[in-house]
Amino acid sequence: MAKRTAEPVLWLLFSAGGMLAAMLLPALLLLFGVLFPLGWLEPPDHAHLLAVLRFPLTRLALLGLFVLALFHWAHRFRYTLYDGLQLKRHGDIINVFCFGLVAVGSVFAANLLLRVL
Amino acid sequence: MSGDAGLDYRGFYARWYKPRLSRLWWLRRRTYLLFIIRELTSVFVAWSVVFLLLMIRAVAQGAPEYERFLELSRNPWILALNLVTLCLVVFHTVTWFIVAPQAMVVRLRGRQVPGRLILLAHYAAWVVLTALVAFVVLA
Repeated sequence: MAKRTAEPVLWLLFSAGGMLAAMLLPALLLLFGVLFPLGWLEPPDHAHLLAVLRFPLTRLALLGLFVLALFHWAHRFRYTLYDGLQLKRHGDIINVFCFGLVAVGSVFAANLLLRVL
Repeated sequence: MSGDAGLDYRGFYARWYKPRLSRLWWLRRRTYLLFIIRELTSVFVAWSVVFLLLMIRAVAQGAPEYERFLELSRNPWILALNLVTLCLVVFHTVTWFIVAPQAMVVRLRGRQVPGRLILLAHYAAWVVLTALVAFVVLA
C-alpha cells in the first residue's frame, strides 16, 4: 500500500490560499498599500473601518484569507528553498520554520479577528 | 573490495549519477527567472497578510493608533515595499489564472468547459471581488 502523506492536504490548502490571495490581495494592497498612502484616495475614517471589521462575515472572510494565504506561502516557499537554493537536505528544518510561522500567524489573526475586535 | 581472485569489482558498478546544480541555476534563462519570481510571489503574499493584520490591529486599538498606522504606510520604505508587493501580487494573480484551466476540469451537461472560458470566469470573478472590496472599504 502506498505511504500516506500530508502532501495532498497541504496542496489543497496551498491551492485554496493561492486562489483567495489572487482574488482579494491586489485590491486590498492597491487601496491600503498604495492609493491611501499616496493621497490619491481619502482613507476611510476609523469608525467606518471598525464597523466593517466588526461585521461577522468580514471577519470570517478575512480569517479564511489570512490563514489560507499563509499556508499558500509556506507550501510554496519551502519548495522555493528546496529547489531554488538546493536545500532539500535541510527539509525538516525548513518545514518546521515555515509551518511554525503559519501557526503563529494564524493564532494571531484568529485572536485579533474573533476576540479583540 | 578485492576478492580472493584479486578482482576489484568497483570498476563494474555504474557511476552514481549526481547532477551538480549551482545555487544560482535560475539566473541562466529568462524562463527559469520568471519561474523563480512566480515562486517568490508567495513571500509578498505573506507580507500582505502581515501588513493587513497590522492595519486591523491598529483599527482595533482605536482612532489614534489607526492614524499611526496611516503614518507608517506613508513611510517611503514601506510605500516602496508595498508598490513592489502590489506588482508581485498581481503577477501571482495572473500566473495563477494561467494555470487554472489546466488544474481544473469543469464539466457542464456532460461536456468539458473549454479552458478559455475558465480563464475568463476567473478574471470576471476577480473584477467583481475587487469592486466588492473597494465598495466595502470606501462606501
